[in-house]
Amino acid sequence: MIKTSNVAELQLIAKQMRREIVEMITHAKSGHPGGSLSAVEILVTLFFDVMRHDPANPKWPDRDRFILSKGHAAPVLYSVMAECGYTPKDQLNTLRKLGSIYQGHPDVRFIPTLEASTGSLGEGLSIGIGMSLAAKLDQRPSRTYVVLGDGEVQEGQIWESAMFGGDKGVDNLVAILDYNHIQLDGFVNDIMPLDPVPDKWRAFNWHAIEVDGHSIPALQAAFAEAATTKGRPTIVVAHTIKGKGVSFMENNPKFHGTAPTEEEMEKALLELA
Amino acid sequence: METKTKFDLKLGMATREAFGRALVDLGRENKNIVALDADLSKSTYTHFFAKEFPERFVECGIAEANMIAIGAGLASSGKIPFAASFSCFAINKGFEQLRVAVAYPNVNLKVVGTHSGISIGEDGPSQMSIEDLGLACSLPGFTVLSPADEVSMRALVFAAAAHIGPVFLRAGRPKAAIVHAADQHFEIGGSVQLTDGKDLTILAHGLLVAEAIRAQEKLEAEGVSVRVIDMYSIKPLDRDAIARAARETRAIVVAEEHLVASGLGVRVAQVVTETHPCPMEFVGIQDTYAESGTPEELMEKYGLVASNVIAASKRVLGRK
Repeated sequence: MIKTSNVAELQLIAKQMRREIVEMITHAKSGHPGGSLSAVEILVTLFFDVMRHDPANPKWPDRDRFILSKGHAAPVLYSVMAECGYTPKDQLNTLRKLGSIYQGHPDVRFIPTLEASTGSLGEGLSIGIGMSLAAKLDQRPSRTYVVLGDGEVQEGQIWESAMFGGDKGVDNLVAILDYNHIQLDGFVNDIMPLDPVPDKWRAFNWHAIEVDGHSIPALQAAFAEAATTKGRPTIVVAHTIKGKGVSFMENNPKFHGTAPTEEEMEKALLELA
Repeated sequence: METKTKFDLKLGMATREAFGRALVDLGRENKNIVALDADLSKSTYTHFFAKEFPERFVECGIAEANMIAIGAGLASSGKIPFAASFSCFAINKGFEQLRVAVAYPNVNLKVVGTHSGISIGEDGPSQMSIEDLGLACSLPGFTVLSPADEVSMRALVFAAAAHIGPVFLRAGRPKAAIVHAADQHFEIGGSVQLTDGKDLTILAHGLLVAEAIRAQEKLEAEGVSVRVIDMYSIKPLDRDAIARAARETRAIVVAEEHLVASGLGVRVAQVVTETHPCPMEFVGIQDTYAESGTPEELMEKYGLVASNVIAASKRVLGRK
């Protein structure tokens, strides 16, 4: 597995992940391209640079944990895990097909190296907090990273876990909000606005950092800042663009949950060449 | 099988207290035991554990959904968490988390629901759990246990911890009559035959086991030979014990402090129809919510005492 802090190398991986996401979802004929593409730099920075993990020893007790709480963005996680060597790359295009390990939403029964089965929004942050508490009890260096969707934080459970995490000082946990401003029914601001996002988390005693979620150096700096923040958890509010990297998908609510056609895939792959 | 014929039914601890005390002993044996609560530790008796192992006690505040999913995360990192609350809150408010964060990935979380049934008394229906067994049993892979007394609760707390997989343990608020010998063995999927009989079998769990024994003693005095079985393992069921009872006594009454529509009774009926079909009667809460009152008044009014079990027994005998 490649491990690098080199931004150009990470950007190349990110571009490849985008191509794989578009291909996987096109072959599946269903899925969520927009929110997969918006989270690419977040996952690439974590898996190839920031996180302590070892695909050759996936159950290493001291590893960092990653939870994709917005489980519908499974394709970005699958492409990253396959690139790391956790899962077979040549099966990526079996996404969502009967018997595939690449289920519609992440499923630990099919991929035991996943840390959690997700898909029902709002649960991943609590699960991640449990993992961080276990690491503290065992005095392990493990940190937990949880990627949240912006629509997802409309769930009440997120605020239960936000209150808990802030109070209990779970400083070995980082939540990353993929703030792409679009959810299934349309724009977040039309459905249930979230702003002021960082202030809300700060009020719950979280350390909040706002970054350009497509800037790998900004993400690297944010995760480094989180690692030195003691006594409270960190949320990285990552400003992202839904469908990032494919012109006709960017900021287009249609591609929250619609697969590209074959023609659209060809057009997208040209843009991502 | 050797069975007891006389029971003094001496009042013991509430099963919730037996749970809380057993959890402390379990925690002494195994440092991976963790307890979670949602602001009810004095009622669920996890405060004993919190006092002895403060670093292993997670106070979640009144946020059951978060508690269940935090428990799932702890379990996924190798802990054996016991998450406790009133049964209605743990199961109903945490149900989606029990489904997706616990049952579906088969996470090793133990959920303890105290104040089950209507015998909590004066607090009334918002705090009463009459749907919990139906909901818990509906989750694939879940083990569901409903102990009758302090002896079985203690043993089943240890059995739950030793079992790898999700478990729901149901506990009650009032003191419970002791029905089991101190050295009785309990296991997941087991049952205990308390009396042998040939005319009919009464299957019960929780507080209704003592009522079944009281009913059995009255029926025996009238010349009816009654087998009483404590079916503490609601899921998985002791299918052999049920099939044997159906074959040998050819009449079954199920008695429980739960909605009849989704409790032990319907699960037993499935086994009976698959093995040795025979007449059955059901004692339990009908399609209704209860009200405030003393536990004794409520059990009487909602048909959960020995006289109701006797009446059901006579009905089932009339249908043989």
